[in-house]
Amino acid sequence: MKLLPDSLLELVRRTSVEIPDDVHRAIVDSLEREKKGTIAESAMKIIDQNIALAKNKSQPICQDTGSIIFYIDCPVGFDQPGFEETARQAVKFATGKGFLRQNSVDSITGKNDGTNLGPGSPALHFHQHRSPEVMVRLVLKGGGCENVGAQYSLPNEKLKASRDLDGCRKVILDAVLQAQGKGCGPGVLGICIGGDRAAGYELSKQQFLRKLDDHNANPELEKLERDIVATSNKLGIGPMGFGGRTTLLGAKIGVLNRLPASYFVSISYMCWAYRRQGVALGPDGEIQKWLY
Amino acid sequence: MTTLTTPVSEAATRALKVGDEVTITGTLFTGRDAVHKFLHDGGRLPPGVNLKGGILYHCGPVVIKDGQGNWKCVAAGPTTSIREEPYQAQVIRDLGLRGVIGKGGMGDRTMAACKEYGCAYLHAVGGAAQVLAECIKSVPNVYMMEEFGAPEAIWQFEVAGFPAIVTIDANGNSLHKEIFAASQAELAKYI
Repeated sequence: MKLLPDSLLELVRRTSVEIPDDVHRAIVDSLEREKKGTIAESAMKIIDQNIALAKNKSQPICQDTGSIIFYIDCPVGFDQPGFEETARQAVKFATGKGFLRQNSVDSITGKNDGTNLGPGSPALHFHQHRSPEVMVRLVLKGGGCENVGAQYSLPNEKLKASRDLDGCRKVILDAVLQAQGKGCGPGVLGICIGGDRAAGYELSKQQFLRKLDDHNANPELEKLERDIVATSNKLGIGPMGFGGRTTLLGAKIGVLNRLPASYFVSISYMCWAYRRQGVALGPDGEIQKWLY
Repeated sequence: MTTLTTPVSEAATRALKVGDEVTITGTLFTGRDAVHKFLHDGGRLPPGVNLKGGILYHCGPVVIKDGQGNWKCVAAGPTTSIREEPYQAQVIRDLGLRGVIGKGGMGDRTMAACKEYGCAYLHAVGGAAQVLAECIKSVPNVYMMEEFGAPEAIWQFEVAGFPAIVTIDANGNSLHKEIFAASQAELAKYI
């Protein structure tokens, strides 16, 4: 795995400076949908220009380069501590190069040592599988959109949301209403129905590994995903909350079993600056294929 | 399109209306969470940070040193402003701000301070770090870097043609309030 350091640095760089094709297509579509001459259209034009500039200059799409979250699929017996150390060095190096902002703060002292390394940063999630393949996915998720995430416990009397899919729909749409303007829309929702509080948020974030144009294997959830996007886009919240036709670019829903006493709906919001990439690695740690 | 040049006069600020697109030329200082809390707790700005008639930018940029040892801003979009709502009205009053740039809008207390003291909230496009960094022509100074770290420090930016949209004006109007009320009413039809 002698090429792993270079591969991980390139993964971090590309994730920070380029938006994946599926997201870019959705942004271009929404620019075309906005009414000409509105401030919503102006905002979408600036967003589109920004995507091109970031790629051409190899500089971060957004200055908030976010939480650094790695998802690693690896064979049984894979050297996890070795990978983690290499990933930490790649993050530190990428920060020195300006691909990542000095973004990790000691919660008690307020100190920022400028390395992006510390408890919880970067976050690594390993998943073993019975195949020799090593696949590394990376999500960079900014703080503005993280702050508008929400977790609802059903039933919710105020929103008249019961413990069923209609209740889930009501709280999800409430989250869209509350997030307006603050999460850098048009955004994408990652949602988990069920689980405990930690697992729910965790699976809601994993939804961001899905491509925007994929389909949910569960037809009921596929229908709900489409309904959430269509209904949100009728609300007139629009890009940046300026008013307009595109409030959401997508919604993805996962499910976990729950305890009889609990019914959580966990919602993570991803801004339009949706930074997600992935690589399949060869035996020396070289990049064999980009996954998005 | 209106051009604002710093320092901004009260008359120029009061002439702005919600929905106006503006471009800003002159000096911006960044200030976000740590700076607002510091000022609220009685902290004094260092000499050199003059915001009388000025514009404060809610921003934590990515800034690196170039080959000659000069600061170079490589990414500089706005951060979410609502976190400064507990402090912003006081900061507008004490510093004599004519403009606050951020994203996501602010609340009633800031709106009231904008009206009383003659300040406008200027919404930059969130996430547009490259388009906005292109408008930063130089970075002459940084203040309080040691205390607050790079994203939270007070950066001085000389800008030209920096684009923003007026979403809270000095006449008591807020686009954020209007859109929230309208979207809430619309949502009621679909649930």
